[in-house]
Amino acid sequence: MNWLRNNLFNSPLNSLLTLASLGLLWLLLPPLVGWALVDADFHGSSRADCGSGGACWVFVINRLDQFLYGLYPLEQRWRVNCVLLAPLLFIVLARSRRAGRIRNWAAAIGLFIVVATWLLHGGWGLPVVETTRWGGLMLTLVVAAVGMACSLPLGILLALGRQSELPVVRAVCVAFIEFWRGVPLITVLFMASVMLPLFLPEGVSFDKLLRALIGVTLFESAYMAEVVRGGLQAIPRGQYEAAAAIGLGYWRRMGLVVLPQALRLVIPGIVNTFIALFKDTTLVLIIGLFDLLGMVQAAIADPAWLGYSVEGYVFAAAVFWLFCFGMSRYSQALEARLDQTTHERN
Amino acid sequence: MRHQFLLGLFLNLALFLNLALAANGAHAGATLDAVRAKGFVQCGVNQGLPGFSNADNKGVWRGLDVDVCRAVAAALFGDAAKVKYTPLSAKERLTALQSGEIDMLSRNTTWTLTRDAALGLNFAGVVYYDGQGFLVRKGMVKSARELDGAAVCVHTGTTSELNMADYFRKHDMKYTPVVFEKADEALHAYAAGRCDVVTTDRSQLYAQRIKLKDPEQHVVLGDVISKEPLAPVVRHGDDEWFDIVKWSLFAMINAEEMNISSDNVDTIKAKTEDPGVRRLLGLEGDKGKDLGLDNDWAYRIIKQVGNYSEIFERNLGSGSPLKMERGINALWNQGGILYAPPVR
Amino acid sequence: MQLAVVASLLVAVTWIAGNTAANLESRGIASGFGFLSSESGFGIIQSLIAYDESSSYGRAFVVALLNTLVVSAIGILLATGVGFVIGIARLSSNWLVARLAGGYVEVFRNIPLLLQLFFWYFAVLRNLPSPRQSISVMDSVFLNIRGLYLPRPVAGEGIGWVWLALLIAMASAGVWWRLARRHQDATGERRAVFWPCLAMLAGLPALVLVLGGAPLHFEFAELRGFNFVGGIVLIPELAALVLALSAYTAAFVAEIVRAGILSVDRGQTEAARALGLRRGLSLRLVIIPQAMRVIIPPLTSQYLNLVKNSSLAAAIAYPELVSVFAGTVLNQTGQAIEVIALTMGVYLVLSLSISALMNWYNQHSMLRGRG
Repeated sequence: MNWLRNNLFNSPLNSLLTLASLGLLWLLLPPLVGWALVDADFHGSSRADCGSGGACWVFVINRLDQFLYGLYPLEQRWRVNCVLLAPLLFIVLARSRRAGRIRNWAAAIGLFIVVATWLLHGGWGLPVVETTRWGGLMLTLVVAAVGMACSLPLGILLALGRQSELPVVRAVCVAFIEFWRGVPLITVLFMASVMLPLFLPEGVSFDKLLRALIGVTLFESAYMAEVVRGGLQAIPRGQYEAAAAIGLGYWRRMGLVVLPQALRLVIPGIVNTFIALFKDTTLVLIIGLFDLLGMVQAAIADPAWLGYSVEGYVFAAAVFWLFCFGMSRYSQALEARLDQTTHERN
Repeated sequence: MRHQFLLGLFLNLALFLNLALAANGAHAGATLDAVRAKGFVQCGVNQGLPGFSNADNKGVWRGLDVDVCRAVAAALFGDAAKVKYTPLSAKERLTALQSGEIDMLSRNTTWTLTRDAALGLNFAGVVYYDGQGFLVRKGMVKSARELDGAAVCVHTGTTSELNMADYFRKHDMKYTPVVFEKADEALHAYAAGRCDVVTTDRSQLYAQRIKLKDPEQHVVLGDVISKEPLAPVVRHGDDEWFDIVKWSLFAMINAEEMNISSDNVDTIKAKTEDPGVRRLLGLEGDKGKDLGLDNDWAYRIIKQVGNYSEIFERNLGSGSPLKMERGINALWNQGGILYAPPVR
Repeated sequence: MQLAVVASLLVAVTWIAGNTAANLESRGIASGFGFLSSESGFGIIQSLIAYDESSSYGRAFVVALLNTLVVSAIGILLATGVGFVIGIARLSSNWLVARLAGGYVEVFRNIPLLLQLFFWYFAVLRNLPSPRQSISVMDSVFLNIRGLYLPRPVAGEGIGWVWLALLIAMASAGVWWRLARRHQDATGERRAVFWPCLAMLAGLPALVLVLGGAPLHFEFAELRGFNFVGGIVLIPELAALVLALSAYTAAFVAEIVRAGILSVDRGQTEAARALGLRRGLSLRLVIIPQAMRVIIPPLTSQYLNLVKNSSLAAAIAYPELVSVFAGTVLNQTGQAIEVIALTMGVYLVLSLSISALMNWYNQHSMLRGRG
C-alpha cells in the first residue's frame, strides 16, 4: 500500500500518469495475450488448422526448419548443429586457466573458423553444400560471427593507425574510418555485390556470401575502430611513456601494456557494436541472401500460407530480440563489474 | 623493429598484388578456355521464376532458361549436369556477366540495343518471344487502355519499368508507379491492393498468377505493349564461346523442326538418310569441329536436354502448372516466329 | 615505413583502377557521367519538384535526394520528440511510467530496423482498406492502402497579404520573446511567452485571411476511376519508413537523454528546487540545458544513423536515393561505378556536414555554458 502511494500516486500529476498508463496497458495487453496465446493455434499442418482467430503459430512451427537452416540439405544438418555447439567449447576455454592469454584465444578462434568453414561448406570428404543453400538463422549467425571475429582485430589496427605518429598512416586510417562511417551499409553491400567483380581481374570471383562478409566486416571495423580509440584515449599518457621507458618496441608496448587496459575499458562499447552488427546482418537479404528475416519474407509469400505475415515477423523479431537483449544485458553486467574493479583499485 | 616488421608486411603485400597484376594480363579474354579449364559452365539464372528457372525443394534447378545452360554444358562437356548456377537479381545480372563472375546469363533477359551495344554484351539468339502485359483483377477492365489513373506495381531493373512509362505517356494516361526491388514484392503489393495492376513480361505474369491465393480471380490482359525477345547473353571478347551458346540453342530449335526428340534421336541417328538431319547429328560434315566441339555436340543436347518443344512443354506448357500456349513461340512453319538458322 | 604505406596504397589503387579500366575496356562498357543529362523515361511516385518521364536522370537524382531529405527531416523531428519524452519518462518517479518507458526502449532498440520496417509496411499498413472502402473524415481526409489523402490548400488572389501577416507575426513574436527575456533578467519575473507568441503566429494570418475574403480554398481528393485524385497524398511507403525510423531511433535518443540527465549533478536539481522552481520548470530551465552538452555528441551520431538508415527504403517502395538512383537508374543505364560512387558521395557529404554543424553547435553551447 505504502509502496503504491510512494511510487504511483505521490502527486496529482503522477496519479494521472499512472491511470493513463494503466489505461494504455488495458488497451494493449488483453488483445495481445489473447491473440498470441489464448486464441492461437499451435497444432496442425496447414492453414486449415488455423481457424480460431488468433495467431497462427502452426505456420511458424511448420516452417521452423527453414527458418533455422534455410535450404541446407536435410541429411547434412548435423554439421550445422556441430558448429553451433562450438560456443560451449569457448566457455570451457574461458573457464580454464589459460584463458588470459590473447594468443590462446586467437588460436582457438582461428582453429574454430577453419573447422567451421570445413564443416559448413564441405570438401575433404564431406559433400559440398553451396552457400546459395545456406539460410535462415544459421546464415544470420555465420554473418554475425565472421563479422565480429574479423572486425575486432581490423578495428584495433585502424584505431592504432589513427593514433600513430606517422602522418601518412594516420591520414589513411582516418580517411578509411570516416568513409565507412559516412555511407549506409546497404550501399556498401550493393557495392560488394554489384561492383566488386569489376575491380578484380577477370576470372577471379568471390562467392556472394563472401562478398557480403567482406562488406559487413569493413563497415563494422570502422565503427569498432572508433570504440577502441575511445579506450586508447582513456589510457593515461604515463602508461605509454612507462612502456617506452622500459625499452619495449611499438607492438609490444601496445600489445602488452596499452591494449589490454584500453580494451578492458571499452568492452561494453565493443559489445554494443556487436549488437549493432547482429541487427545489421538482416540487410544481406537486400542483396539476395536468405538470412532469418529473408527466409521469413520468403515463407510469408508462399501462397499456401498467405496472410500470416504478422506471425512470421513476430517470430523473427522475438529471435533477434532474444540475441540482442541477451548481449546488451551481458554488456551491462560487464560494465557494472568493471566499474566495481576499477573502484576497488582506487 | 616494428618498422622492419611492417615494411616486410607491406612489401609482401605489394609483391602479392604485383603478382596478381601480372597474372591479370595472362588470361584476359578467352572465356571458352577458362570454362574448359574449370570443367563446368557458370550460368546466371533467375532467383525464382517458375517455368524459367526455379530451384525445387531438393535444390535442383529447373526451367526453360536452365535448360539452355544445360544444353551448352551438354554440347561442350558431354554432360548436361556440368553447370553451376548463380541465382541473380535483375539488378545484379548484367554486372555479374560483365565482370566475369558468370560465363553466360540465361535469365529472361530482354535483348535491347543499349544492352547489346553500350554494355558490352552479346545476345545469343532468342529463347522466348515475350511481350509486356498487365495482370488485373477479373472484371476490372477489359483492355489496358482503360487503365487511366491506375496504380501500377512493377519491379526495378527491368525493361518493364520503361515500357510502362512509354505506354502510359503515348496514350496520354496518368498512372502511379510503385517500384519494388523484387518481382515477388511487386506481386504481393498488388495482391494486397496497393496497386490496381501489376506489369511485367506476360510469361512472368502467367507464372506469377499461380502464386496468388486465388489465381482464378486474376486475368492477364490481352494487350501486349512491348517486344521482349528473351535471350541468353554472353559478354564481348570471346566469339567462339558466343557461337557455342548461340548454336546450342539453335540446335534445339532445329531439332524440333526436324522432329528429332530425346526419345527418337537414337533411332533416327541409326537410320536417317536426310542430309539436314545427318549434318545436325554429326553424321555428315564437320559442323561440330567448326564450332570447336566434336561432331556429336547436337546429338548430346537432344539426347540429354531435348528439343525446343520438349523443353517448352515440360517447363511452360502442358507438362507444367503454367499451361502456357506456344503462341508466337511456335515454329515459323507452324504459325509462330521461332526460326533458327540452318546447320549447313 | 610511411613510404611503404604510400607505395602499397598506390599499388593497390592502381591495381584496382587497372583492373576496372581493363574490364570496362575489354567489355566495351561505356563510362562517364554523360548519362545524367539523358532522358530518364521512368516515373517516380513522389516528387517535390516538377518531374516526369521526359526529365533527365540528373533530375531524377535530385528528386530522389529530396525524398531522402524529407524522410530524414520528418524522422529526426519525430525521433527527437518521442525520444525526449521517453527518456524523461524513464527517470520518472512514477514506477509504472518508468517501467513502460524502459520496456519501449528495450523492445525497439533490440529488433533490427529492417524487420520493424517490414512489420509496419507489410503487416500493419497492408491491412488498410482499399480505395473504395476508404476511411474518411468529413469527406475531406481519406485513408486507404494507397495512402493518406489530405486537402491541398490552393492560393487565390491576395494570398501575399497573408504571408506578409505571417512575417509580421513572426517578427513581433520575436520581439515579445526578447522583451520577456530582458524583463526576466531585470526583475526575475517570468512573463508568459508561449501562448502570446502562438496567438500572434496563428491569429494574425488567420485574421488577414478572413478580412481578405479568404483567398485560399482547398482542393479535396476525390475518388475517380481507380484512385483518389487531387489533394496531397502521403504514400504508405513514406509513412512506414517514418514510423520505423522514428520509433527505432527514439529508443536510442531516449537512452542518450536519460544518460545526459543523469550526468547532471543531483545538487543542481536540489538547488533549483530550493529556489522554488517547480519540477517541470527546473527540468526545462536548469537540468536539460546542462544535460544538452552531454547529449549533443551522441545525438548527432543518432541523426547521422537515421539519415543513413533511410536508405533501407530500397526494401519497400519509397523512392529515395538508393531506391531510385542506385536502383532504377543503375539498372537502366548500367553505369554501376558512376551511380554507386555518386550515391556514396552524397551520403558522405550529408554525414560530414551534419557532424560539422553539430560540432559547431556543440562548441557554441560549450562556450555559453562556461560564460
